Amino acid sequence: MKVVINGDAMELPDTVNRVSLLLEHFNLEQKVVIVELNQHILDKSTHAETILTDGDRIEIVHFVGGG
Amino acid sequence: MLKIGPYEFNSRLLLGTGKYPSFDVQREAVEASATEVLTFAVRRMNIFEAGQPNFLEKLDLKKYKLLPNTAGASTAEEAVRIARLSKASGLCDMIKVEVIGCSKTLLPDPIETIKAAEILLDEGFIVLPYTSDDVVLARKLEELGCHAVMPCASPIGSGQGIINPINLQFITEQATVPIIVDAGIGSPADAALAMGLGADGVLLNTAVSSADDPVKMAKAMKLAIEAGRLGYEAGRMPQKRYASASSPAEGMIFS
Repeated sequence: MKVVINGDAMELPDTVNRVSLLLEHFNLEQKVVIVELNQHILDKSTHAETILTDGDRIEIVHFVGGG
Repeated sequence: MLKIGPYEFNSRLLLGTGKYPSFDVQREAVEASATEVLTFAVRRMNIFEAGQPNFLEKLDLKKYKLLPNTAGASTAEEAVRIARLSKASGLCDMIKVEVIGCSKTLLPDPIETIKAAEILLDEGFIVLPYTSDDVVLARKLEELGCHAVMPCASPIGSGQGIINPINLQFITEQATVPIIVDAGIGSPADAALAMGLGADGVLLNTAVSSADDPVKMAKAMKLAIEAGRLGYEAGRMPQKRYASASSPAEGMIFS
């Protein structure tokens, strides 16, 4: 399926159809990340059940150094 | 003791986490500063480099409170979005509201800052707005319910120190919530002066991270802030125009 992650259009394997699977796909499951799906911020507890569909816009953000 | 909302801190130094030469130096500097509050920014992750180290992961999060900022926002809406993202991490409920209104000076947009603070207070955040050293604006942010107000000493990262000590003192004198001087501090002397003017704390980043020896500077800032606070509590002597001898005038051997 085609999605946009952090502003970049990309193609995901059809098996990667949940947010939790997406994080595993990019080896991010152990990282402190926050996911926003179509401008809707997801609670971590909902990652496993949140379905991804064609055309989704996803933001994956984290904390970086800053003042 | 510095109290911000429900939290209490022994240290009055809040430390930024940007622009350090290495994670090792940064870890040592954080240790030397004895800070209990670390600021962070929220950014898109490079998802293709999951293995890249992240400073947050190297921290014992039981020892520190995280204070994410909304840096990068130029509207209230953007700041609120960043704040909500940071809270969704489940790691923090404090937020440094930073809405920049001028890209050259990085001075805050007061109107958007107020709007963002209002929304975030409603949503239960512990709100610490970064503001200019405007006395009335600081009071309005306090009246809104902000848990602390953070006026700048001078532009972010400029290291120019406190350019308007009178305004800063007006702000600390009127405030009933903590005043944290945020941005522009360049040296330990600046930090001590801020505390001497009645600030409850100092937030700095570049002064430590860009010092020749960040670890030593972190310690210097810790000591300066402690000294400045002690001096403030002790109450400084009044200034006089002319000299006043410290030794007695009586009993001189010449008479």
